[in-house]
Amino acid sequence: MGFFQSIDWMLLLRCFIVGGIICIIGQLLIDKTKLSPARILVLFVTLGVILGGIGVYKYLIDFAGAGATVPLLGFGANLAKGAIQEAQTSGLLGAFIGGVKASAGGIAAAIFFGYIASLVAKSKIKKQ
Amino acid sequence: MERLGKQTIKFNTPPTITEASSIVGPKEAQGPLAKYFDQCLEDEFWGEKTWEKAESKIIKENVNTLIFKSGIPIDQIDYCFAGDLLNQCISSSFGLRDINLPFFGVFGACSTFVESMCLGSVFIEGGGAKNVVCATSSHFCSAEKQFRFPLELGNQRTPTAQWTVTGSGASLLSSSGSGPYITNITPGKIIDMGIKDANNMGAAMAPAAFDTLITHLQDTCRKPSYYDLIITGDLGYIGKDILTELAETKGYNIKNNYNDCGVLIFDKNEQDTHSGGSGCACVATTFSGYLYKQLKSRKINKILLIATGALMNATSSQQGESIPGIAHAISIEN
Repeated sequence: MGFFQSIDWMLLLRCFIVGGIICIIGQLLIDKTKLSPARILVLFVTLGVILGGIGVYKYLIDFAGAGATVPLLGFGANLAKGAIQEAQTSGLLGAFIGGVKASAGGIAAAIFFGYIASLVAKSKIKKQ
Repeated sequence: MERLGKQTIKFNTPPTITEASSIVGPKEAQGPLAKYFDQCLEDEFWGEKTWEKAESKIIKENVNTLIFKSGIPIDQIDYCFAGDLLNQCISSSFGLRDINLPFFGVFGACSTFVESMCLGSVFIEGGGAKNVVCATSSHFCSAEKQFRFPLELGNQRTPTAQWTVTGSGASLLSSSGSGPYITNITPGKIIDMGIKDANNMGAAMAPAAFDTLITHLQDTCRKPSYYDLIITGDLGYIGKDILTELAETKGYNIKNNYNDCGVLIFDKNEQDTHSGGSGCACVATTFSGYLYKQLKSRKINKILLIATGALMNATSSQQGESIPGIAHAISIEN
């Protein structure tokens, strides 16, 4: 019971809505423009860096939690946040170190789990 | 043979299409033409380790089926014309390396099947061969990897995208026989209208199909109504509409007897392929499976088969080049 009572249901709802809206934007870009998925990916990360860099994105994270951190925008914002923080403590070189440092967990986990998945899974034809 | 007009060759002793055979993958096997194919596969690997190996196996087994069905001993077959979509046409050359026939590797993207039949029929008409095998293959998974993104990336396909047909179609052309006959061929020109979207190949290829269609009709002094069926290779739903409209602007009404193999091979409502089928095997399997049987049973007697190809590769797409289209036409009559 304690676990369920501790859940912030409104935060879950906000997370769902914000994360969903970000995905809808991506889907519209795939369906309505000629942008390739790779370009949309880069666009989202870059936009996240800009929004994180000017300090706007943290309000969205406060509001929607994982709904804002999990999509690619969150990755971009995290890069920017890390770069700025490291630059403040260790100077110009920190701007190059900080971003990767802040997102190192995510990057390493992606490589690790990607590798594990490639050992146990075989890629298949798409359904559609 | 004699030359008609600008681009067409008319055969005086037309080569016969003695036999045709087709193998398709699991998705095509769920489509509306399933019952016409010689063999339907249950999975896209067919027991092989890679999609490329599977595609080679498909074309190899299909050519073996073709020769077996025709009853013509292999030592009486003179040449083989074949091609596919993979780099340096490895599906055909690897698949057919044990076939022991003089081999011409042909690349015309998705127009390869008809290009091979054009070349093969000229060989026969010229007296250089009695029996010629023409074959092509394509595979959804290997083609996605070759031209778009690796399947492992899990990208979504755009609404204008077409589905590369997995399979192989092959035909055996002979100097004598009871038909259907290849009476005319109209090899097409490269036409580039500046379309750059590799996910909208129908629009890129439709102007080439239009050019070849009009040239063929003018060269042969025929009207579209001469044919029971005018059929393009893989323009899909979008390209089919574009070609119909383009023809109308020039005063040719093809609405009643025109269709596209990419439209026929999949069910639009049941199978979500977006804009229809594509790939070398789209026209090759639809012809070898469905249309050839219709011609043999004389349900249709005169068709104009226009195979369309998009002549780009992955590098040209990445460098922002537009997509040159091509279309080759053959008239097949009983």
